[in-house]
Amino acid sequence: MDFELDDDLKNIDQEARRLAANFDDEYWRDHDSRHEFPWDYYNRFAENGWIGVLIPTHYGGAGLGVQAAGVLLRAVASSGGAMNAASALHLSIFGMGPVIHHGSEEMKEKYLPPTATGELHVSFGVTEDDAGTDTSGIRTSARRNGDDWIITGKKIWNTKAQQAQKILLLVRTTPKEECRRPLDGMSLFLADLDRDYCEIREIPKLGRNAVNSNEVFINDLPVSGSDLVGEVGRGFYQLLDGLNPERIVLAAEAVGIGRRAIECATAYAGKREVFGRPIGKNQAIAHPLADSHSELEAADLLWQKAAWEYDRGGKNIGGLANMAKIRAAEAGFRACDRAMQVFGGFGYATEYNIERYWREARLMRIAPVSQEMALNYVAEHVLGLPKSY
Amino acid sequence: MKILVAVKRVPDPNATIKVRPDGTGIVTDNLKYVVNPFCEIAIEEALRIKENHGGAEVVLVSVGEQVCQEQLRTGLAMGADRAILVLQDGDVEPVIVARALAKLVEQEQPDIVMLGKQAIDDDSNVVGQMLAEMLGWGQGTFASEVKLSEDKSSAVVTREVDGGLEDVEMPLPAIITADLRLNEPRYASLPGIMKARKKELKEIPLGDLGIDQSVQVKVHKLSPPPERQAGKKVETVQELVDLLHTEAKVI
Ligand SMILES: Cc1cc2nc3c(=O)[nH]c(=O)nc-3n(C[C@H](O)[C@H](O)[C@H](O)COP(=O)(O)OP(=O)(O)OC[C@H]3O[C@@H](n4cnc5c(N)ncnc54)[C@H](O)[C@@H]3O)c2cc1C
Repeated sequence: MDFELDDDLKNIDQEARRLAANFDDEYWRDHDSRHEFPWDYYNRFAENGWIGVLIPTHYGGAGLGVQAAGVLLRAVASSGGAMNAASALHLSIFGMGPVIHHGSEEMKEKYLPPTATGELHVSFGVTEDDAGTDTSGIRTSARRNGDDWIITGKKIWNTKAQQAQKILLLVRTTPKEECRRPLDGMSLFLADLDRDYCEIREIPKLGRNAVNSNEVFINDLPVSGSDLVGEVGRGFYQLLDGLNPERIVLAAEAVGIGRRAIECATAYAGKREVFGRPIGKNQAIAHPLADSHSELEAADLLWQKAAWEYDRGGKNIGGLANMAKIRAAEAGFRACDRAMQVFGGFGYATEYNIERYWREARLMRIAPVSQEMALNYVAEHVLGLPKSY
Repeated sequence: MKILVAVKRVPDPNATIKVRPDGTGIVTDNLKYVVNPFCEIAIEEALRIKENHGGAEVVLVSVGEQVCQEQLRTGLAMGADRAILVLQDGDVEPVIVARALAKLVEQEQPDIVMLGKQAIDDDSNVVGQMLAEMLGWGQGTFASEVKLSEDKSSAVVTREVDGGLEDVEMPLPAIITADLRLNEPRYASLPGIMKARKKELKEIPLGDLGIDQSVQVKVHKLSPPPERQAGKKVETVQELVDLLHTEAKVI
């Protein structure tokens, strides 16, 4: 066993951090408060080939695995850019997983190269308000129109839909009642997010406001037959090649944000003097920081194990991806919350950035999968307990 | 055309440096290391010459411990073609670095040797100058602009000197040392990082170069700068003027 990152991963970590360091807390604070997409940042990473990390070399990417993607996204999240920095990039990274694994050759030739260069933006369209976490209950559906399809329905929380030309849509092609299993009968489309047929409304939200999340109303959107990903009716299972990597890299991001918060809080605890001594001398301040540091270290190992399992094509991926997501989301948010306590009133002030990290880290306990549903998965599939819902 | 670029591994300029209590060196635990920023500018300039003058081989050289290969890999990821690591434990005195480079110049026969004007750790600012002297070559130090002649037989180097600029011309081969404003170094791209791992990185023990390794300068003691006194806040201009007069005694 070897816990050292190999030389490539070390370089990826170091160079991604160096590039991200050009965009400081003020940049992110500003974009977050103005709800403005961080184009300068995005373009710098795109120009330097980072968005293609998971895309096979044949289609212009770097052909690396989820571990490399995690190292990259952890680096940008720990730069002070937090979720804003990670989300600006990550949809193009894990979002194309199902296309890489299940798309036709024609689809890959057409869409992977511009994704790798960052020109093509893709949104991820799974969640619906009526179905929620019960993905089998989605109602957006596609009907055949000759060789093509027509899609109608509504999606919610579609991150970056404002910028996206394409949306990876999960839709029903067979009503649930007619399927043998509830998750059968859904199909995946890499559809044009054609504004003539789709209305996109930004959802005002607690944090990560430089990157929008939206409601997308879809009215008879024509979709070419060649935009079907993989097989009709197998959409959900194919989507897992996006969902599991998503959980793993988001775990890496949560660790990055948590580490950033602990780093800031440690520096502050060392220099802020109250009662004539640095507050870090009090164990009530020091212990939570030490405890969070160790929690983050543990979570960091777990996402890397999950990534390693995914990259080698192992079987235990669902369990590990969910466990990593659970641990990292808790550790990341707790780290930010404790950092806020260390900063006292200043932790609540925008200027000190901790409140921004805190708002963004909180998201990890809800999305991309809630802690409860991730625990349900572990209880059922890892421990073998009966399904609870 | 061939360009040799010297690369030094130095502590991250943004890191807080602590001096060891006994003054024999700095605390290196958990310290992050980077390519000396001036060396990075030198690498960038070599790459630009390569790109703008119909190709060149860019060869990086570092003298130091095994870990220096991390910095050489960074340079290779930026686009350099291959690297040589001259292995030696502990601090290596500038004159020994210059001798090692002179030896490699003999073997490699480059047209230009690019260096940073100084390393940000010991600020010696001597290796380029000593190397030029050892080789009997012309030197353009503190370069803020480098122009090669059409036939690549000479270079004009704009030097930043006190209060202005000085253009010097020299035949190649020559030594050029990079100043801050020469260029803005590129970042290693992800494809660049992936290509770097396949590039040659040759290691040569310093002892194998057969150079004089006698030490001429010994560091006796390092001491941290004195701690800054806390400032004072004043309410009025009058108060400020009074204090400048009575306490600071500057007016
Ligand atoms: C900022 C943001 C960005 C997002 N981006 C995207 C995106 O790009 N694309 C996309 O498709 N989705 C996106 N999402 C959606 C996200 O994946 C969902 O919000 C998340 O999966 C939770 O679903 P829900 O909101 O419908 O909660 P619900 O399903 O309504 O659940 C509400 C609560 O009930 C709990 N609960 C429900 N059922 C059970 C049960 N059986 N046992 C225990 N607890 C249960 C849940 O855990 C949760 O706490 C985003 C969400 C946010 C907030």
